Amino acid sequence: IRNGGKSDSVNGHKSGSNQSPSLKSDLISPTMFNLKTLKLKTKQQELLIRVTILCLVYVLAFITRLFSVLRYESMIHEFDPCFNYRTTLFLTQKGFYGFWNWFDSESWYPLGRIIGDTLYPGLMVTAALMYWTLRFLRFAVHIREVCVLGAPFFASNTTLVAYFFGKEIGDLGFRGRPCGSCTDSDLPWLHLEIRSYDNEGVAIFALLLTFYLFVKAVNTGSLAWALASAFGYFYMVSAWGGYVFIINLVPLYVMVLLITGRYSMRLYVAYNCMYVLGMLLAMQIRFVGFQHVQSGEHMAAMGVFFLLQVFYFLDWVKHMLSDTKLFQAFLRITVTTAVVVGVVALGALQLGISHHGRAASTLLLDPTYAKDHIPIIASVSEHQPTAWSSFMFDFHSLLFLFPAGLYFCFKRLSDATIFLVMYGLTSMYFAGVMVRLILVATPAVCLISAIAVSATIKNLTRLVRAKNKVPSTGSSKGASSTKSSSKASLDQSLPFQRNGAIALLVGAFYLLSKYATHCTWVTSEAYSSPSIVLAARGAYGNRVIFYDYREAYFWLRQNTPPDAKVMSWWDYGYQITAMGNRTVIVDNNTWNNTHIATVGRAMSSYEDEAYEIMRSLDVDYVLVVFGGVTGYSSDDINKFLWMVRIGGGVFPVIKEPDYLVNGEYRVDKGAAPKMLNCLMYKLSYYRFGELMTEYGKPPGYDRARGVEIGNKDVKLEYLEEVFTTSNWIVRIYKVKPPNNRW
Amino acid sequence: MAKKLSIFIAISLVLSLCDAFNLDNPSSRRILVLLDDFAIKSSHSLFFNSLQSRGFDLDFKLADDPKNALQRYGQYLYDGLILFSPSVQRFGGSIDAAAILDFIDSGHDLILAADTSASDLIREIATECGVDYDEDQSSMVIDHTSYAVSETEGDHTLIAADDFIKSEVILGSKKIEAPVLFQGIGHSLNPANSLVLKVLSASPAAYSANPNSKLAQPPSLTGSSISLVSVLQARNNARVMISGSLSMFSNRFFRSSAQKAGSSTKHQKSGNEQFFTELSKWIFHERGHLKAVNVRHHKSGEVEEPGMYRINDDLEYSVEIFEWSGTSWEPYVANDVQVQFYMMSPYVLKTLSTDGKGLYSTAFKVPDVYGVFQFKVEYQRLGYTTLSLSKQIPVRPFRHNEYERFITAAFPYYGASFSM
Repeated sequence: IRNGGKSDSVNGHKSGSNQSPSLKSDLISPTMFNLKTLKLKTKQQELLIRVTILCLVYVLAFITRLFSVLRYESMIHEFDPCFNYRTTLFLTQKGFYGFWNWFDSESWYPLGRIIGDTLYPGLMVTAALMYWTLRFLRFAVHIREVCVLGAPFFASNTTLVAYFFGKEIGDLGFRGRPCGSCTDSDLPWLHLEIRSYDNEGVAIFALLLTFYLFVKAVNTGSLAWALASAFGYFYMVSAWGGYVFIINLVPLYVMVLLITGRYSMRLYVAYNCMYVLGMLLAMQIRFVGFQHVQSGEHMAAMGVFFLLQVFYFLDWVKHMLSDTKLFQAFLRITVTTAVVVGVVALGALQLGISHHGRAASTLLLDPTYAKDHIPIIASVSEHQPTAWSSFMFDFHSLLFLFPAGLYFCFKRLSDATIFLVMYGLTSMYFAGVMVRLILVATPAVCLISAIAVSATIKNLTRLVRAKNKVPSTGSSKGASSTKSSSKASLDQSLPFQRNGAIALLVGAFYLLSKYATHCTWVTSEAYSSPSIVLAARGAYGNRVIFYDYREAYFWLRQNTPPDAKVMSWWDYGYQITAMGNRTVIVDNNTWNNTHIATVGRAMSSYEDEAYEIMRSLDVDYVLVVFGGVTGYSSDDINKFLWMVRIGGGVFPVIKEPDYLVNGEYRVDKGAAPKMLNCLMYKLSYYRFGELMTEYGKPPGYDRARGVEIGNKDVKLEYLEEVFTTSNWIVRIYKVKPPNNRW
Repeated sequence: MAKKLSIFIAISLVLSLCDAFNLDNPSSRRILVLLDDFAIKSSHSLFFNSLQSRGFDLDFKLADDPKNALQRYGQYLYDGLILFSPSVQRFGGSIDAAAILDFIDSGHDLILAADTSASDLIREIATECGVDYDEDQSSMVIDHTSYAVSETEGDHTLIAADDFIKSEVILGSKKIEAPVLFQGIGHSLNPANSLVLKVLSASPAAYSANPNSKLAQPPSLTGSSISLVSVLQARNNARVMISGSLSMFSNRFFRSSAQKAGSSTKHQKSGNEQFFTELSKWIFHERGHLKAVNVRHHKSGEVEEPGMYRINDDLEYSVEIFEWSGTSWEPYVANDVQVQFYMMSPYVLKTLSTDGKGLYSTAFKVPDVYGVFQFKVEYQRLGYTTLSLSKQIPVRPFRHNEYERFITAAFPYYGASFSM
């Protein structure tokens, strides 16, 4: 299939430059021979091939995401998707207004959470619409299936949009060439968002759609396309907080166009329509609301909007005043007044509106900000700066095709390629700041790399072909490309050029097929392992699957009173509410730092102090995740320092150094006394000291950290163990009522 | 039919297990009395008779009787326990200290009387109830100022105590005029225990020491920190009385006259009988037992109880509180019952008004804060059982169409949109 995609790019090239199809025989493709026998015209052939390739890619993009569904089962794997699933279920049951006004009393006890106000409903509404449509068509699907398969479906759609986007950009110089290779190469980011049912799946689709439509609008100057891009933007806003990227990138792009003197009426129409309508539409999303006109993150767009008006106005004045002197005087006066008014307005803004810059976006501008100020943001692994290795891992060969693509973009500068360059550069920067934003960068990287690939291949094939029929080159091409003809004349001086070109072509194909293999491997290995079901290799190389999470949530659902409150670290909140159906104190929607800090403080206090906190929060059960038996390393003990930091950020009684020994975090005998006696330690290692985990090691040997624990004789006074899963991954404790006689 | 019947029996069995107190009649009925020897049954007959005359069914057993058992098939055989066996080292049958503590923790009552010879077992039970007897085995409470005047001058271990707890609920409405005679070991209350109370304390001049030997070092227990009789009302409202003297309950002390040293009035009869009659009434829930029923809340003007309130709703809350009089449930009348509308801290705190027939009610506005609230009534008064009611109710914000349609602040915008 991949090879098909490749040959498409070559085909596209050929048909674009109206060359004879002789080269097809060079480039392995059995369908091509069939086509020859069908005796279609070149255009029709091209269309047929293109549609076929697209269909194949569409299907491929879908099925690469099914690894985890096939390997495990159709279920919601991750933390956030659990919540999305729960809300979607609610939406399908209670209808849109029920969902819109949903006050969820089962999370963030006792504060509760207004779901409609604090989420981006795009994903849920999309899934519900798909569900209702399927039901209407008499497909008796369960909403879970829709949710699980919705993400692959949208990924496929995204490839389509990427194709059109590529086509739109290639329209000027490359004429549809990149399409094939681009669809081919955007496999990796399809893989990235394999993470089942999450906002990003829809959001990347919406993001690319908006960009595509906007570029189209700029290229055509059509109001209709601008309107369409405004709706694309609306969809994006409804789906993901990453819409801020669009609303900053687009004005930045406009700004660059203005500076480079590419201001045009097309741009004016496209941007104004997109911004004004997009803003009005975005404000309909309750989570965004007036932020769109008040917060600092959206100011750039507004500024550029006014700047465009000024440009237009100046153009008009210039047109009216024929005298240059007069115009300059006018300019001087207006600029002075504008500056004065601007300063006053800015001052008023500073006084009037408090800038609650959201921390995650501040983080983008200053990557070290969170580390110093907001531990809760820094604690999320998705918010960590990206490691070089993960760039290599995700992008593979695209990493060095990317600069090449940039070069080709600059070579053929147009409004569209400028956009692509801007998109690529900014998103690369953001991807470097935050791991999860690699998602945003991948489409850009793919497209730019695709340009590199298609431009290279185009040049190479041209060389090959030029050698083939030296006399015809000059005559048949004529005016279309004087450059290539001059190249062709140059070629004659180099004797091994054709062989070299063929060798390079083969190399390129090898590279791309390697890349495709890598992508499939990454998808299968790295992005298809759910966190709810853990898989490991057994002693004989067989696959061992730990169902501990599901076991624990099922136990909660079956054995605790329906109004029981479960305290756990916030990572597991969504899953406990969605799968365990019990009220939680904090969950993954980390909107209230104090509440999370309270839980962090409880976990890092001594048992009696923690008991007071838990009583005040009406906690009935405490759930901890423990990997000491299985060697599962992302357990609560390894997250514990973040609990200390977040707790200490609000309650200064919790001090990080109390849990460290010489700045070192340890759980063995040399650990800090407070560490050995805090609630989290006790709950994790309760009865662990009696357990042999590994042959040849003393009892109480922690396999996740590779040490023998320091406090083997853990006694619990205020809590009692009620459930531990078969591999000890999840442990549930019940908070005892106060002593009857004391 | 038989199946239905058995199910019914099973359910009622379960219910009776869940409910330590019979809701219709919270007083203890069947009481097990464990004695060191049966002589106590006759020497303390006045106390036992007063219980029996009030309808209690006493079951006298020797403490080391191998057939002793508090429960059979998981069900308790008795509602109350009297331990008049200070010297017992080990109970017979299935009873041990843990069984007795479980007995209390499942809501049953206990009277424990120790003596100078109090065994470790008895001390352990007392300690678990927040009372520490003087560690010195042979010590007694000695008071050289408020001893009871008797024929044998110089014996200051017989104490005439009149420092009662000031609670009509515990000791009855009739004031105890005569001092209570006490002779035995003193105890102190564990300061960590917030539930145990001194009912009868020693005078400030009292101390606890061995009366037959010279004082070698200052006594560990002195003054009014010495408790002679203490009570504990556990969180599940089980009541426990602990005394350091078994002879206090005896016919001899009940009948004897009492004169406090330094006081001219000589009472023909000591206060012991009245004191223990009233105190045992309290211990066995004939007095001071409250129940709250029919907790209701609804929006003003409605009757149905909603599953959720909205901010700024007006609501009405009511609860009925009754007190057990020994024979029937009477309306409880007080002006200090409060309800909290609570989420981490009380947002609304209202005193409930009563109609004198047991119904307490109030009306208030839900605060302008959403969240999961609780209606909480925490009623703790000296001597009464604790009322602790909480009912969870979520409070939601306005729906999207519940906001005001037209607000004055927005008139410029309305004007602007219509002018377009």
